[in-house]
Amino acid sequence: MTEHLLLRHRDIPNIDQLDIYQQHGGFDAFRKAVTTMQPDAVIDLVKASGLRGRGGAGFPTGMKWAFTDKKNWPHYVVCNADESEPGTFKDREIMERNPFQFLEGVMITAYAVQANLAYVYLRGEFWQIASQLDRQIAELEAAGILGDKLFGADYSLRLRTHLGAGAYICGEETAMLESIEGKLGQPRLRPPFPPSFGLFGKPTVVNNVETLTNVPLIVARGAEWYRSFGTDKSPGVKVFSLSGCINRPGNYELPLGATFRELIVGRGLGVPFGHKIKAIMPAGASSSLIVATDEALNTPMDYESVPKVGAQLGSASVIVIDDSVDIRWLLDKTLHFFKHESCGKCTPCREGTYWMSHLAERIASDHAAQAEVDLLYSVASQIKGKCLCALGEFSIEAVLSGIERFKEDFVS
Amino acid sequence: MLAEKYPLETQNILAKYPPDQKRSAVMPLLYLAQRESGYVTKAAMQDIAALCEMSVTEVASIVGFYSLYYDKPAGKYRVQVCTDLPCALRGADEFLSKLCENLGIKVGETTPDGLVTVEAVMCLAGCDKAPMFQTQSSEGITYHENQTIESALEVIDAWRQQEKQA
Ligand SMILES: Cc1cc2nc3c(=O)[nH]c(=O)nc-3n(C[C@H](O)[C@H](O)[C@H](O)COP(=O)(O)O)c2cc1C
Ligand code: SF4
Ligand code: FES
Repeated sequence: MTEHLLLRHRDIPNIDQLDIYQQHGGFDAFRKAVTTMQPDAVIDLVKASGLRGRGGAGFPTGMKWAFTDKKNWPHYVVCNADESEPGTFKDREIMERNPFQFLEGVMITAYAVQANLAYVYLRGEFWQIASQLDRQIAELEAAGILGDKLFGADYSLRLRTHLGAGAYICGEETAMLESIEGKLGQPRLRPPFPPSFGLFGKPTVVNNVETLTNVPLIVARGAEWYRSFGTDKSPGVKVFSLSGCINRPGNYELPLGATFRELIVGRGLGVPFGHKIKAIMPAGASSSLIVATDEALNTPMDYESVPKVGAQLGSASVIVIDDSVDIRWLLDKTLHFFKHESCGKCTPCREGTYWMSHLAERIASDHAAQAEVDLLYSVASQIKGKCLCALGEFSIEAVLSGIERFKEDFVS
Repeated sequence: MLAEKYPLETQNILAKYPPDQKRSAVMPLLYLAQRESGYVTKAAMQDIAALCEMSVTEVASIVGFYSLYYDKPAGKYRVQVCTDLPCALRGADEFLSKLCENLGIKVGETTPDGLVTVEAVMCLAGCDKAPMFQTQSSEGITYHENQTIESALEVIDAWRQQEKQA
């Protein structure tokens, strides 16, 4: 077994205890950054590592940090712990079981962009995790690892948690900022982007939990070491959340570029009850449906390869669909979700998800004529490219790919 | 008044945000207010509006927007079963309907003793441990994973016993 880099609690018992984490080098990287590295040197190191955002878009992390406007202060860091994409449960395991590595990642990020205050935005359902993080933050303050003039250097940092209250859209970074500001969680018009105009109108870096959990190891062991995992364009490891029709669901940490087969068959031990695998949704409910051919199963899971089989890697929440599942039923499920979660700010998404959900419900109940399937397809096509944020676009992925690629499920 | 009843909590919440950003405290204050009766009362909205320097209408719209805030009372415990796609692929829909059948209520309803409201909710980030639900009550939110009807009814029975003793 190779060592886990993110799910390190699987190798090191009690790593969620501060003293155990420190015995394994915990907070050495933060101390090293604050006492021996210029902030820009930390940014350059993370750039060199090739780390890309694990929240969905795969944007280069170091590059994002470098965009932070240095003419406008203060700066903030907001960590995205909203984790609400159906099929995604990786950030939860990281925060619950390996919390200090995660917090150290937030802290190094804050140092790199010279923020003195960072927020962790957790979905409201993570109430217990937030209380636990509050206690751990207090422990770090008591140990002098968080607070004023850290390690004798001229740098001070505070961390705070902020709980959402049940709204998928708050995972979208600008809606998240609105939410922390005490407003409705609705996306902002962009540009400006958060690194120039973010929280309280100040330059802000927003990164996902898993993204930041990589950072302490990159600072400790170097960019070249990090690049020894994964592929050239998608370096490093990834936690894949595997769910649906699968024998062993759960989180699996694999290098980026591992194939769907390695994950689904190698780790998940395939689909149960003698069924056959029919489709794969690699990015949760926001995903296109991939037909589970041999070619698809042999496709590397990285940001470049998944689009070649007609989907995105996204949050890498792999939902496995077997041949007992009717795609009409599946569309009804996903559209019910998007109708519920549309924030209502723009018309194509608000009205579109409503009508698509309505149609899908009829189609799934077997009472619909072919014309209604065509209508659903046409409504979805019209939403494309017209939405203020990506949620609207996500809502049509399964619809278009499902109707195009699984025609046989739609003939009545 | 919220601030008088929970002075320490209120102070701690306000201290989480820059002094000129009082409005940011609205979400944590709503959770605090909801602790009492399981929903946010009109009076609490007024208190929060004053503390956050916003209008009561704005506070009410926050309550309406986010699904974990309520403006009406329900059962003492809200049992929120995830029936989203990954959980549904592992039997969540049948689980929910059997649970309701056992309790003699429909989804969205409350048991006659006022103890349990059953609801269907979206993904809770526990998809690998379906069927699963969370319970929301004055004590906060708790996850219950890898559930069977028997184990779920046991959880509810334990609440009933607790009620009797209280
Ligand atoms: C509707 C919607 C939901 C999102 N939900 C999440 C989420 O739950 N967690 C997350 O990290 N990013 C989520 N994102 C992506 C964020 O907007 C943002 O890109 C990300 O937090 C950036 O961090 P990263 O660069 O580290 O990935 C979501 C985006 C959209 C459009
Ligand atoms: S696309 Fe949907 S979720 Fe995004 S802003 Fe428009 S209505 Fe809101
Ligand atoms: S789908 Fe039910 S917890 Fe994710």
